[in-house]
Amino acid sequence: MFDTEMLIIGGGPAGLKAALSAAEQGADVLLVDRNPYLGGQLVKQTHMFFGSQKQYASERGVTIAEILTREVLNSDKICVLTDTTALGYFEDKSVALEIKGTFKTVYPKRVIVATGAQENTLIFPNSDLPGIYGAGAVQTLMNVHGVMPGARVAMVGAGNIGVIVSYQLLQAGVEVVAIIEAAPRIGGYHVHAAKVRRLGVPIYIAHTVVEAHGRESLEGITIACLDEKWQPVKGTEIELEIDVLCISVGLSPLTELLFQAGCKMEYVPQLGGHVPYRSENLETTVAGIYVAGDVCAVEEASAAMVAGQIAGLAAAGSLGYKQNNYEAKLKDAKNELAGLRRGPAGEKVRSGLWALTIAAGEAV
Amino acid sequence: MPKNTIVCRCEDITLEEIREWLQMGYTNIEEIKRLTRAGMGPCQGRTCRTHILRELSRVSEMSPAELTIPTFRPPVKPVSLKTLAGDGND
Repeated sequence: MFDTEMLIIGGGPAGLKAALSAAEQGADVLLVDRNPYLGGQLVKQTHMFFGSQKQYASERGVTIAEILTREVLNSDKICVLTDTTALGYFEDKSVALEIKGTFKTVYPKRVIVATGAQENTLIFPNSDLPGIYGAGAVQTLMNVHGVMPGARVAMVGAGNIGVIVSYQLLQAGVEVVAIIEAAPRIGGYHVHAAKVRRLGVPIYIAHTVVEAHGRESLEGITIACLDEKWQPVKGTEIELEIDVLCISVGLSPLTELLFQAGCKMEYVPQLGGHVPYRSENLETTVAGIYVAGDVCAVEEASAAMVAGQIAGLAAAGSLGYKQNNYEAKLKDAKNELAGLRRGPAGEKVRSGLWALTIAAGEAV
Repeated sequence: MPKNTIVCRCEDITLEEIREWLQMGYTNIEEIKRLTRAGMGPCQGRTCRTHILRELSRVSEMSPAELTIPTFRPPVKPVSLKTLAGDGND
């Protein structure tokens, strides 16, 4: 059992930035991550980021992870525990941690939950065959562990993750036979989709997987065209011979700890599922518990980093640490986040957020 | 959908089984969970919960926002008893 000023759960883009921002104001931070390394999903992102210089534009995700990890490890205000999972939040405001196989209880004055999100799955006949993966899992296999997932791949979902992972599969020398998208349009950014199209990968819009085939593992799939009511049209079936199917149909926030803490939650499909009410400072309805990143709105890493800054600053400020240009930095970060959500790409998130925002100081 | 459409991979529960229970009038995910064990395996419903909610939403004609979801009890992942018993200082 031990105390800490600030516990940050999750060392991805949001958690890393939150830790740095809070430490910079003078708070003592304990940053935990269940993986053996920091960086979260950034470590497998070999594509370059957009945005402004401030948000690491033109850097690859993996490089951003390296930069932030180095800064965090160099800070004498931040204690890092990897291979550490937050197992639960309890009524006495304690958090149970499993630290490399040992159990410890921590009493933090403030908590920032930056647990991220998990990949959604699809169900269809034989969707449990070996060879059917989440697209993010395949990206981890390839880019973190250096393992080729298979020889012939189809991708379900033409959002950013779907088209980016398809391109990285091609870079790794894997044949991508098709991208299948249920919506009547491509959801990912044009630059990413155009790259895979130029390399000859067909994108089937308004199509879905009807079923998978295979005895021991995946051998092929049947796809079909969808009508306006999202029902497969008979006679439009196409057979694809593949040994890997990647599913990239969105992410769901990992909110168990927030439910356990009693945070007021709401189902908001535009933000990925059940998400917490939060103030402009990213404090939930439970005083002292803050959120940042995909756990409160499934967005991009750039937005997660800025949200992490806001949560880290606000949580530190609430403990009385406002020594380093606090007000200006908090204001800048809020403006920056609003800027990232401006424009058509942010429309979905904006439409989901308005109903969830509570006034600062409303937390109890 | 045919019988081999698995909704809950941890407990091997098919879509057909879920639909049978729903047709019998069980329209609460907590009931479905207790009857079938769907969502009680190692992943604690992280994979199947959304699929079952979608089925419930279709049958009950309620939006997923109106449906109750199961309680998330700690620990959020399987932990060995050895680990839990190891914290002698607490």
